[in-house]
This record gives sequence, structure tokens and C-alpha cells, in this order.
Amino acid sequence: MSEADTKLHPGLNLGPSHGEAHEEAEVVLFGFWVFLMSDLITFGLVFATFATMLSPMSIAGGPGPAEVIDLTSIAMQTTLLLLSTMTFGFASIAMKYEDGRGRIALWLAVTALLGAGFVALEVKDFIHMASIGAAPSRSGYLSALWSLVGLHGLHVTVGIVFVGVMIAQIFALGLTNQVKSRLLRLALYWHFLDIVWVGIMSGVFLAGALSA
Amino acid sequence: MDSFLFGRLTFDDIAIFNVFRDFSMNELVASGAGWLEVLAAVGVVGLLTYYRVWGVFWREWLCSQDHKKIGIMYMVIGFVMMARGVAEGVVMRAHLATALDGGILAPQHFAELFSTHGTIMIFFVAMPFIAGFMNFLIPLQIGARDMAFPLMNLISLGLTAAGAMMLLVSLVVGQFETGGWAAYPPFTGKAFQPGVGPDYWIWAIVVSGFGSMLSGINFAVTIYKMRAPGMTYMRMPVFCWTALCTAILLTFAMPPLTVAALMQALDRYLDFHFFTNDRGGNMMNYANLFWMFGHPEVYILILPAYGIFSELTATYSAKTLYGYASLVLATMCIAVMSFTVWVHHFFTMGNSATVNVAFGIATMLIAIPTGVKMYVWLATLWRGRVRLTVPMIYLGGFMVLFVLGGLSGIILANPTINYQVHNSQFIVAHFHNVILPGVVFAVLAGVHMWFPKAFGFRLEERPAKISAVLWIVGFSVTFLPLYFVGLLGYPRRSASYSDATFEPYMIVTALGSLIILAAFVTFASVFWFSWRNRAALAVPLGDPWDGRTLEWATPAPVPEYNFPVIPEVASREAFAVEKAAGRPYVAPDEYEDIHLPAPSAVGFMICVAAGVFSFAMVWWMWWLAALALLAIPTILVVRSFSPDRHIIIPAAQVKAETQAWMRAIDEARGVTRDEELTNANRGYARTDLQEAA
Ligand code: HEM
Ligand SMILES: [Cu+2]
Repeated sequence: MSEADTKLHPGLNLGPSHGEAHEEAEVVLFGFWVFLMSDLITFGLVFATFATMLSPMSIAGGPGPAEVIDLTSIAMQTTLLLLSTMTFGFASIAMKYEDGRGRIALWLAVTALLGAGFVALEVKDFIHMASIGAAPSRSGYLSALWSLVGLHGLHVTVGIVFVGVMIAQIFALGLTNQVKSRLLRLALYWHFLDIVWVGIMSGVFLAGALSA
Repeated sequence: MDSFLFGRLTFDDIAIFNVFRDFSMNELVASGAGWLEVLAAVGVVGLLTYYRVWGVFWREWLCSQDHKKIGIMYMVIGFVMMARGVAEGVVMRAHLATALDGGILAPQHFAELFSTHGTIMIFFVAMPFIAGFMNFLIPLQIGARDMAFPLMNLISLGLTAAGAMMLLVSLVVGQFETGGWAAYPPFTGKAFQPGVGPDYWIWAIVVSGFGSMLSGINFAVTIYKMRAPGMTYMRMPVFCWTALCTAILLTFAMPPLTVAALMQALDRYLDFHFFTNDRGGNMMNYANLFWMFGHPEVYILILPAYGIFSELTATYSAKTLYGYASLVLATMCIAVMSFTVWVHHFFTMGNSATVNVAFGIATMLIAIPTGVKMYVWLATLWRGRVRLTVPMIYLGGFMVLFVLGGLSGIILANPTINYQVHNSQFIVAHFHNVILPGVVFAVLAGVHMWFPKAFGFRLEERPAKISAVLWIVGFSVTFLPLYFVGLLGYPRRSASYSDATFEPYMIVTALGSLIILAAFVTFASVFWFSWRNRAALAVPLGDPWDGRTLEWATPAPVPEYNFPVIPEVASREAFAVEKAAGRPYVAPDEYEDIHLPAPSAVGFMICVAAGVFSFAMVWWMWWLAALALLAIPTILVVRSFSPDRHIIIPAAQVKAETQAWMRAIDEARGVTRDEELTNANRGYARTDLQEAA
């Protein structure tokens, strides 16, 4: 096995034709993994806080899971986000096999649109919650719920902006090693958010709907 | 009442004018301190202008991505903030000496003092010191040119500086919170403190905490990925091991703090109910989140200090560190265990007895790896060629006093005893007892040891020795009596007392704090004396103490590129081994152009944006906060479109510099260990082997 064939970092490696890009990508990608680990702690803590805020005392007479969880909307959001992670995968594969900027940018744009759809549905749910008196200032439970879901939504929004920036860079800078390495990191970020969402969907919404 | 432009900031909030509104001792102290700060700022600006060094300051420091300079700037932040922290400690002690049924300060003012003092000392003295050492030393010790992410490093520095700024500003505009360095809600919530105080705390902590998390990632990746060929993990200097564990702690322990502080912000700004008394808030969540950070934090501070003590023990006894592997193992054990004990900070807050016992035992277990370390250092000294230099004096003070502090920690780890002494002066004695002899002494010793590496000349020994002794005596007189005061039942954070029994103790500790003040001033003067005498103290050849690790195999000050070629490492304590084998300083066969990252204003711009954002949030200037917040991603995105710029140091220049240095070494007469404190020391150590021959 030649050096170029070895995997240098977990996740999609750029393949033998990218020997040098490979090497450069290694340190930054590893660093990004460490960042994601740290971010995972953040999500974990907000999640844990939410878990302690399910008691009647924290619900404080306000709306509980039964009133605020809309599983249909959650199912749609989940579908959009899972699809977007797939389309990002297509973008990564297009990059790996050098299918040209157009193809990569197209898949990225689709990803961003799906992500935007997800955020739009989430915002719609939030507006609905506020209208039925389930604003975060109503109770500790609702504060925790809004924060956890909002934190994830904020991450997705940042990701969408990132995707936009990367589409611009693909055309402005070309597929340089640096741009590719950034795309690899953005991919990690996007898939990471997907995994976190699966946690939120099952731990917050499904479990909440079942217990309600 | 709030204006659009200035939010809730009004002319009356400018605290330094309070003295004209209400002329009292209390205001004289408070506003006086504010005026001092303003004067100091004006003085610095004036000096920079007078010596026309703005350009150099901007290009070669503020914009520099050189890890050594970033490290030095962290140290400067630490020292500046320490001046204020020590002064506040003395003021508090002076107040308490007079506080039988009263005292010179208003209770509110005293509460602000211990809150800023604690916040400053932990986040803006101890943390920058540690970050400074890690920045300066890690790349040099692992044989690298730089950190893994130099620009991110500069940004971390900027965020730390912005946070420190918030504390400085809070003395001049508005006031600080009164809930201590941990800022426990609901007392720091909107209901009890509607003013700006807790908001200053929140944004200083969020901004600088994020910076610390980023530097944790940076240090960890640097150590994992940038080691020179041959530098296996078990060949790394001990300081790098402690730094690696600290880096991991930073990456994982800073998020809880950020989360806790931001949840508090949500409670205060948007009427959320995480920690409020009503509507389902739960303050215990804060206690847990805060101490999930807070306990590892003390190891973030102490582990690098252990690293420094390990390096200096070996160096100043001219012996291989005894039990390297056990020291590494002990460090890793402590790092892991530090995450398992946080509940010992609130034994009295309603946990079940079972929970308390579990966390009590977990806490006591940490004493085992710590004890291992003590024995390792003792065994290293044993039959070594010990010299009683300044760092060794600190080591002596540390070894005796830190054991005491550790023992009082074990006492506190027992929940039943903890119920008695919780939140008493016993606690104040305990944590100062571990932080001062542990962290502060290590920093002062480390500064003495590595200063010549950074600046090219040694520090004067005599005033530094006086300072070291003053620190040890001052600490003991100030803090050891507090164990008794605590056992007698005097609570912590209490602005006055009615029991005359306490008074003599309070007077003694106030005198002790004056000794500490003298120690600090003496220490500061060391730099002045040494600067004046820098020609005689110069050690350009780079190895004044017969050092053992790679950083000593470079000239002093270290060139920007660290090493002419990346060294290859074949052993632990590589430089010492090469010296023993009689072939240190081998000239490289070939030289190459060296690429280094070009200066960048990004760190400074982010510092300004983060500072403006924090200030605007504190004062509810929403438009400004939004602008500043938006500026941060904009700066980063714009920057990401321009390719990384480099400066190139031509091979010829590297060659010329290296050869000149090698020639100077060939011509130099090595100094023996007995002469190392004399002016004969030019930084070329003659090894014991050469001495014997
Ligand atoms: C230099 C001499 C120092 C003096 C004279 C001093 C004095 C004091 C005093 C009087 C208090 C208040 C105790 C009370 O509320 O009853 C205090 C609290 C504290 N000090 Fe120091 N101190 C010094 C150095 C340090 C250092 C070096 C650190 C850490 C790096 C530190 C960290 C703290 C912390 C965290 C608190 C607790 C603040 C709180 O209650 O929230 N101090 N100190
Ligand atoms: Cu602790």
C-alpha cells in the first residue's frame, strides 16, 4: 500500500490523486474533530439540563410535552435534514472524483435549500408555540426545550451560511487544496448536526410524545 | 429612560466620578482605584507615543503570529491583571482588619471586591499565565516551528484580552456583580441584581472562555500532530505531557462554563427560567454546570504548574527526572479524575448521603497520583547536583506548603467535616494554599527560569531571591491563620464580624498581605534591575542552566523560526543526552528557506469586536451589539477569501545566523554549575562530564 492510499484522518479522504492535499488536510481535519468533540459536550450539557427539566415542578403549570410537540412537523424536519446529509454526501463524492465545480456547487445548493426548509419548519413550530402560550419565559421546561432545539437550529443556520460561503469560494478561488479541505470540514459539521438531531428527535420529541 | 444610542448607560454610571458625589473613605478607595486605572492607561499610551514605538508594537507584537510573542503577551496580561488582583486582596484584608462591627468599606463594595478579585485571579491571571507558558514552550519543546493553528492562536489571545478589558472597564463604568467568582444565581439573577454587574461577569467569561476552549484545541492538536521526528509520546518533556492533559481539559471543561454563563444570560436578558426561583427554574443545574467546569479548572491551572516544577527540579539538580513514566501516568490519572469530583463543591446543598460519600471518596483518591508526584520530585533531588537558585526556592516553598494545602483538601473532602467548615475562612485558606504555592509559585519560578530564553538575558538573582522569600513568608502569614479563623466559625465573604476573637487574626493576616504586596513589588522591580544590567546578564548562547530539553538547544532569544532545521530526536531529554555524549550543537548539512505566517490584524480586530460586543450587551446598546457580533463572522469570511500570506526567511540568512551562533559556542568557555550565577555565564553550559575531564 503506497503512502497516498493510507487513510490519514477519519472520514472521507481525498484519495490517491490528492497526495499533497491529503497531508495538508490532516492537521486541520483532526483539529476540527477535536472541536466537534467539544461542541458535543455543549450539546450534551444542554440536553442533560433539558432532561432535568421534565418534572411537573419545572413545567410549573405551563404547557407540557403533550401541548407543544407536533410529531408531523418533526417528521418532516427529520426527513429534510436526513436528505440534506445525503446531498452533502453527493457533493463530497463529486469532489473526491473531480466531477467539476458545477456539480459540487449544485449539490451544495440543494443541501442548503433542504437545510433552510428544516429551519423554516422549526421557526414555524416556535411561532406556533409562542402563540399558544408556550414561550420560553413560561417555564423552566420550556426554557430548556427552546434552548436545546434553538441551539441546534442556530448551528444549522450557521452551516447554511457556511455552505453559501463555500459555494462562493468554489467559484472565486477554484478547487484549491484549501477549499477542498474546508469542504471536508463543513461536511463533518453537517453530518455531526444530523447526528445531534437524531438525538434530539428521539430524546426530546419521540420520548416526549410517548410519555405525554 | 433608556436611550437608543446609549442603552441604559448614563452619565451617572461613570463610577470614577462617584467620589465627587459622595466623599467617603469607601468612595475614595473605589474611585481612586478607577482613576489609577485610567491614569495607567493614559501612561501606557503616552509612553508608546513618546518612544514612537506604535509601529513596532503593532507590527511585531499585536499582529504577530509567532507563538513565543503570543505567549509573552499572555504573560503581560497576567501581570497587569495580577497587579490589580493583589491590590484588591490587600484592600480587602485592610478592610477586614478594621471590620469589627463595621470597617472602612461599604459591604456592597467589599462584595464587589471579592467578586472581581476572584474572577480576575482565576480567569485573567492564572489562566493567561498558564496559556502563556504553554504557548511559549510547547512548540519549542516538541521541536516545531509553530502551533498547529497560528491565526486561531492570535484570536484566542484577542478573546482573552477582550474579557480582561471587561473587568478593567467595570471599575470605571458601572459596577461589578456581588455574587463571587462563581456568580451563583438566583442571587446574580435579574430579581436580585438588576444592574449591570452580573452582565459584566457573563460576557467577560463567555468571551474569554471561548478563547480558552480554542487554545485548548490548538495545544492538543499541536502536541498530537506537530512533534519533531523521533519525538514519541514517551520522549516528550514532562511539561508537554501536563500541557497535553491541560489542553484536553480545556477542550472539555470550558463548554460547561460557557453553557452556564449563557443560560444565565438568557435568564437575565430574555426572561428564561433556568435558574430563577419561580416558574420551574432550578439553581442546582447551575451549581452542577459551573463546577463541571470549576473543578477541572483547578487542574487546568495546576497540571502545567506540576510540569514547570518537574522541569526545574531536573534542571537545577542536574539529574534525569526520576520516574518519568509514573509522572506521566499520574498526570493522566489526575486529568481523568478531575471530572469525577465536582460535587464536593456543594456537599451541603441537598445531595443524598450516598452521593456525597461517592464524591468524597473520589476526591480523596486524587491525593494518590498527587503524592506520586511529590515523591518523584523528592527522588529527583536526591543526590542531585542541587543549586539553590530562585526557582529552587520556590520549589522548596511549594513542596512544604502545597502538601499542607493538599491535606486540608482531603479534610474538606470528608462530607461530614465539610458541613462544619463549608463557606468559612477555612475554605479561603485552603484554596489560596493550593493556588498560591502551587500555581503562582510555579509561574514565578518558571518566569525566572525561561526569561533568558525569551529575552536573551538572565534576571537578577538577588532581588528575585528576596521576592521569593517574601512570597513564601507573606503567603504563610496571610493565609495559614485563616485555617484557625475558619475553624472558629468566621464565614467566608463576610464583610464584618461582631466577635472580637477574630480581630487579632485579621490584623495579622492584613500585615501578611502587605508582605505579599512587597513580594509583588520586588518581583516587578527585578525586571527593571535586570533590564538596566542586561549587557552583563546576557546569555546569547542560549543554555544558561545546563538545560535538558530541546528549547535550550537554541540561541537566546530564540529566532523567529525556532530551529534552523527541524531537529530529529532520539531520546528523552534529548539535549541533555547529546551533551552527555559530547556532541550537542551539530550544524545542519543543508539549509532551506523557512516559511512563517505573515503578521495579521485579524486577532486584534476580533478582540475589538468581541470587546465592543460585550460592552454593548452589558449596557443594552442593541444596535452596537448587533454590529459588533456581525463583524466577527464578516472578518473571518473576508479573510478566508484571501490566501494565507507568508514571510520567507531565506536559507542564506538562517545559515549565517546559525553559523555565527555555532562559532560563538566554539569560542566560548563553558561555565561550570558553580559559576552559573556569575556574569561569566553567557549561556554555554559546561556539562559535568566536561568538568570531570
Ligand atoms: C496576593 C495575595 C492575595 C490576597 C491578599 C488575597 C485575599 C483574598 C481575600 C481577602 C478574599 C476574600 C475572602 C472572603 O471573602 O472572605 C479572597 C478571595 C478569593 N481569592 Fe484571593 N487573595 C490573594 C491572591 C489570590 C490568588 C493568587 C488567587 C488565584 C489565582 C486568588 C483567588 C481568590 C478567589 C477565587 C477568591 C474567592 C472569591 C469569591 O469568594 O468568589 N487570590 N482573596
Ligand atoms: Cu473541586
